[in-house]
This record gives sequence, C-alpha cells and structure tokens, in this order.
Amino acid sequence: MRRLLTGNEAVARGVWEAGAGYAAAYPGTPSTEILENIAMYDKKDITAEWAPNEKVAVESSLGASMAGIRSFVSMKCVGVNASADPWMCMSYSGCNAGMVIAVADEPGQQSSGQTAQDNRTFFKFAKYPFFEPSDSQEAKDMVKEAFRISEASDTAVAVRLTTRVCHSKTIVELEDRQEYEPRNYERNPAKYVPVPGHSPALLEKVMSKADRLREYSENTPFNREEIYDTKIGIICSGVSYCYAKEVFGENASYLKIGFLNPIPMNKIRAFAQKVDKLYIIEETDPIIEDEVRLAGIPCHGKDVLPKTGELLPDVLREKILGVEIPKVDVDRGKILPRPPMLCSGCPHRGFFYELGKLKNVMVSSDIGCYTLAWGEPFHTGDAGICMGSSLSVGHGFKKGMDKKNGNTKVVSVLGDSTFLHTGVQSLMTAVYNNSDTVNVILDNRITAMTGQQENPSSGLTAQGDAAVETDIPALCRALGVKHIVTVNPNDLPAVRTALKEALAREGEGPSVIITRWPCVLKKLSQADKEEFPSLYADKYDIDKDKCIGCKQCLKVGCPAITFNSETKTAEINDDCKGCTVCCQVCPKQAMYIKEARA
Amino acid sequence: MTKSVLLVGVGGQGTITASKLLTLGLLESGYDVKMNEIHGMSQRGGSVSSDVRYNDTGKVHSPVISLGGADILVSFEEMEALRWCDYVKPEGAIIVSTERIAGLPIMTGRMEYPEGIVDELKKVAKTVLAIDGPAEAEKIGNSRVTNVILLGVIVKYMGLENIDWHKIIRENIKPAFIDLNIKAFELGKTLLDR
Repeated sequence: MRRLLTGNEAVARGVWEAGAGYAAAYPGTPSTEILENIAMYDKKDITAEWAPNEKVAVESSLGASMAGIRSFVSMKCVGVNASADPWMCMSYSGCNAGMVIAVADEPGQQSSGQTAQDNRTFFKFAKYPFFEPSDSQEAKDMVKEAFRISEASDTAVAVRLTTRVCHSKTIVELEDRQEYEPRNYERNPAKYVPVPGHSPALLEKVMSKADRLREYSENTPFNREEIYDTKIGIICSGVSYCYAKEVFGENASYLKIGFLNPIPMNKIRAFAQKVDKLYIIEETDPIIEDEVRLAGIPCHGKDVLPKTGELLPDVLREKILGVEIPKVDVDRGKILPRPPMLCSGCPHRGFFYELGKLKNVMVSSDIGCYTLAWGEPFHTGDAGICMGSSLSVGHGFKKGMDKKNGNTKVVSVLGDSTFLHTGVQSLMTAVYNNSDTVNVILDNRITAMTGQQENPSSGLTAQGDAAVETDIPALCRALGVKHIVTVNPNDLPAVRTALKEALAREGEGPSVIITRWPCVLKKLSQADKEEFPSLYADKYDIDKDKCIGCKQCLKVGCPAITFNSETKTAEINDDCKGCTVCCQVCPKQAMYIKEARA
Repeated sequence: MTKSVLLVGVGGQGTITASKLLTLGLLESGYDVKMNEIHGMSQRGGSVSSDVRYNDTGKVHSPVISLGGADILVSFEEMEALRWCDYVKPEGAIIVSTERIAGLPIMTGRMEYPEGIVDELKKVAKTVLAIDGPAEAEKIGNSRVTNVILLGVIVKYMGLENIDWHKIIRENIKPAFIDLNIKAFELGKTLLDR
C-alpha cells in the first residue's frame, strides 16, 4: 500500500516493521513525532516510552537490547549532547538485539533553534556507523537495514535525519511487520563493564568492526552511482541529493551516499575518475568532503557553498551555476515581523507579567515555551542555554555576584518537564552549595513546546496508561529546599507576593516557587478537571465606555487583545480563554464577562 | 513536469488541512507528490507555510519550492501573501484571503496593520485574486471552511478537476461536516471566474 508519510512517520513505521519491541525518547523538534507515532502501534508489539531525558532514553534502550529485544531511540540534535555519556561507552560494548538511534539535525534552525550541529561529526567521533535518508521511503528502508547491520556488527547504528526529511511527506510503500525472535541474554561483563581489564580489548573489537563495515560501505546499494552527463559529478547525502537532482537533473552524475562511517573511498575514487568536475554537497559540515580531500581527490564543496544553513536548490543555483535569485520589487516595509508568542490563556503570562516589573533581577531562563518571554512585551530572560541550565546558570551567577559584592538578585525559571529533564541536579547544587536564588518551576502539567507530550509528573505514559506522578514539591523538599510555595500564575497578587517574599530572603539558601496551572492547549484529564474546576471558564470583552485607551492590557501580550486605533479602545476577540490576567491589570475594570461557562 | 503549490498563513488557520487534502487527491491519482511544512512554533501565532509539489509523469525531487517557482501562492492571511511573494512565478497566480491577523508588534500598539497589500501583490504575479475568505465561508454557513474554499480555487486554477475531490473530502472530513465542505469546495471552484 502506498501512503504519504512524513520522514518521522516513516521512521516509526520502519521501527515497527523491523519487529522492534522497545522505543524511548525525550520530545524535541523536529524528532518528536517519531515516538508519538510509535506509541500508536499495538502495545503488544512495541513499548513506547517518554524518558525524562535523552541519556535515560539511550540507556533504557541499551537495556532492552541486552535483554534480547530490538530497541530504538530518537532525539533532536542537542539530545546527543545530553546523552553523550552512554553513546561513547556503548560504542565499545556494542549491544545484543539490534539497536537503532535516530537523530534529527536542524541545518536551517527553522523551528527549534539552539544549535545547527552536524551530528555526523559526533557519530565519527563516537565510532558509530550511520545512515542518511533523503526521503520517507529511504527513512523506512534505512531504519530496517540499520537493525540488520546493528546485529551483524554488534553495534548500535545511527540514522541521521534533518528537518526537511523529518517534516516532508513523500510516498512510502508499506510492508508487514517482521516477527522478530528475541535473542537470548547471556551474562557477559567483559562486554558490558568497561573496566581497564576489558576496555582495550573492546576498543580493538571496535576497530576490527570498522574494517568489516568498510566492505559493507563499498557494496551497499545505499551508496550508489547514477551516471548521466559526466561534465559535473556530485557526491551528496541526505536531502541534498533531492536538491541537487532538482537543479542539475540529468545534466550531472551522482554518487549518493546513504551509509557512512566508514566512507566508501574506492567507490568515490572510481566515481571521481568518471567526471570532469567534482562537487560535494552535504548539510552542514564537510564530513565527506574532508575525507575526499585527504585522499587527494580534487573537489569543490565548502569553498563555493555556504558553511551554514540549508543547501536548498536556490543556493546551489546561485553558488554553483551563478544564477541570480529573482527578487520581486515590492514595498517590504509592509511586511511586519510575526514572532511566535504565548497563546491566549497561557498560564505563563501572569507570572512573566509580574516578573517583568521587577528591577535589578537577572532572569535565568531555560528551554520551553517560556523562552519566548525573553522578548516583547515581558523582556524576562537573560539566558537560556540548554535544557535544565536555568537553575545552575542562576546559581553560578549569584555566586559570582556575591564574590564581587554585587546586589543583582537571581530568578531562575524552567518548566516541569525541563526541571525533570536535567533541572533536578541544578537545584541540588543550589541547595548543596547554598545560593540565595529564587527558582521557579512553571508547572503546566505537560511538555508543551513540542506539542503536548506526557512526562513523569503528568500522570500518563506515552501510550496513555495511568502512571505514578513525580511529586515536584516533595522532590524539592527532599533536595533540601526550605521555602517552597505553590501559586496560581493567573492570580497576579499571589505571584507578586511569592516573588517579593522569596527575593527578600537573605542567607536562607534557594527557594522554590511552583506555578501550577495546565497549559491552555492541554487535553484535560479527569484529575485536571477536579483540581482546576474554574479552568478557562468565561470569555471576556471590554466595555468601550469604560476603556480609556491606556494600552495597559496590551502589555500582557495576549493574542486575544488588540487596539482599535479608530475608537482608541482595546478590544478582546473570540480567542479569549478567560485567564483574567488582563482584567487584573486594567486600571478602570473595563473588562466584563461576555460569555459565562454554562 | 513538476508543479508547485505554496500555501501560507498563520498557525491555526487550517493551511495544513488544505494541503493534506490536496496531497491525498494527488496521491490517489497516481502522481508523485512531496509536501513540506514548517510548523515548529505554529501553535504560537507564527507564520506557517506548506509546499506541495507534484508530477503526473516523472519524479518530484526537492520537497521545497524555489524562489519564483510556485505556480500558485495561496495565502490564508493578507500580509503573509506579501511575505512569501518572492516564491511565485511571474506568470503564476496569487490567491489571498484578506483576513487580517495582528502579530505581536501590532497587538502591543507599536505598529499598525499595513494598507495596500493587494496592490503590491499585483506587481508580482499575472493573476491576483483577493477574497474575503471567512465572509465567503460565512455565506455557506461556517467561517471555518475557508481552507476548503481555497482548495477549490487551487483545483480549478491548476486544472485538477479530473480527480474525485468529493470522495477525498468524504473520506477525510468528519461526517457532520462533509456536505458543508463539499459546498465550500464547489464555491471555491467558481471564484476565479468572478
């Protein structure tokens, strides 16, 4: 059956068709939908889990593989950084049943940002063979082949995706699930315990594996030539192959590299001899190119192509063919920016409105929807480096301030899911090494930024089963935090008081403020409905006779509020969710309930 | 020959649904199809786009439309049409629904929604059709079917009437809304002749 699938859906299908029985991931754009789709298959076939972070996901998956079940992990590009520890040692140990790790890089940094790191560099460093699909069909085929190679070579195998492969839909031929006979588990510390007595031998084994994989790399149909016109030869990988074919068609010949590490150098040498001029097109780093140059084969690559961003057809046309990009003559002043913003009814709004009013405070932020509060209109977010970093950067900042007798206070903010990802240890250092920081956990009862995934404190598993909830206040108490307060973030006086009291404390160590209110997009559970009975109850409007046009309500940055420049009054549109934050900032109490919840 | 349809708008407007129906119809007709979408922060009011490319005889290579490469640009929001106008072929068409959605700088009162956008669009492409999508949709009873009206416009302009779109709608829309969406689709097909 032919279906149009995104690369992410195709990877999930490939995992299922390969007979895998265990998958784990932490959500991250553009990889999130892989595990979401795996979770839709029958639980009897495959267990799909949200792990608290990528390190845990990789380790759990290794455990499942050791037990004899084919296992899978997916993550976004920076997830590799968070899980580098098991990656490195696992390349020595290898695995038992096939293990595949899909990593979704983001060369254009379109939606997630953070970094444009090319994880192929990491795979080489950590000694992993990897596949690089160019479309959804290949994504599925390569995942299945990766499981086979994993078992044949006793190593986990990586699959490198990029945003365009993850989020493009292309045609895929579906196949049935292969029944997989689980492998036996045999105790083998010499393989899985890398002490000095074992490690050198394990490294030797890794090197001999590489020799065998070199032969595979030379012979696999995933590294294939397409010979047309030979004036231009193009070596390309991943979606760059599609872009090159779009631009050059049959006016060039291609060597498409779908499997790497080791590189098929004999194949490359043979191809180079058939063409007059050789280009290497790959996103982002010159991984193939460096090796080709080292082998003494003349080629062009990053000398003509950009070193950052995507190598879209327009880029190839301009840089290789010298074709000028057409620009239309229109008044671009009419194109106003449309930055992403907190949704109407977002429970972060009230908190950041109050936080933004404070002076002489360094706001150490983190990765989540609340990162958006760095900009207009709140301007709360001095830093947001990586998952869980807020509390530790805030801790160090306060220590630095203390050292130089500075008086800037610190408020560190992160979400429930980010706290559980890697924020717990950061709070631990704030307690253990004793900093007077205010640590805020924005608990919106879900992993929101990536599109509503469950987490250890949300009460459900990835496959919809009831789960024990991590009790965040109890966890903070157990770490040794003395002052913990939970507030409703839509209650501005309560937020104000909590911040004021926490900032006034000196010499009592870190305090924690938990704002507890569900994400406005969350599909509410029965427990949510019981805990938050007044949730998003009413729709509001503004009494035009009372409104004095002071624009105070616009400062909460809500998509439901606009200013009518003709009547000089603010207006609330149908998008209102009834959070009441604007009602609390209006000096004239001009808001009224337009539509009460039945 | 590969044809390109670019759908743009603001998160939550239904661009994804329209492009999904379009690709399903093309797939069923045996065409090669690729669709690309950028939707990372779409739920948070950002600009969204969806590239649909198809070929009735050969293969589609790039899932991404090039500058000056779209046969038709369909914008669900007025200003977004201008943001994406570099992607339309000069001999192509721009269909713009004149719904206005304020972005953050407008909401906070720092900027005003720009006027004269449709006039700017006329400098870009041979065919420009501006319609009040939600108002057209309201005429048949539900402002939320703007996306299927625009699907009708695309089908007519691209000459894809040989595909059984009613069947695609019936198979992919909730039963209660099938008749409404078929009406919206048929209305869309007539708009280019106005």
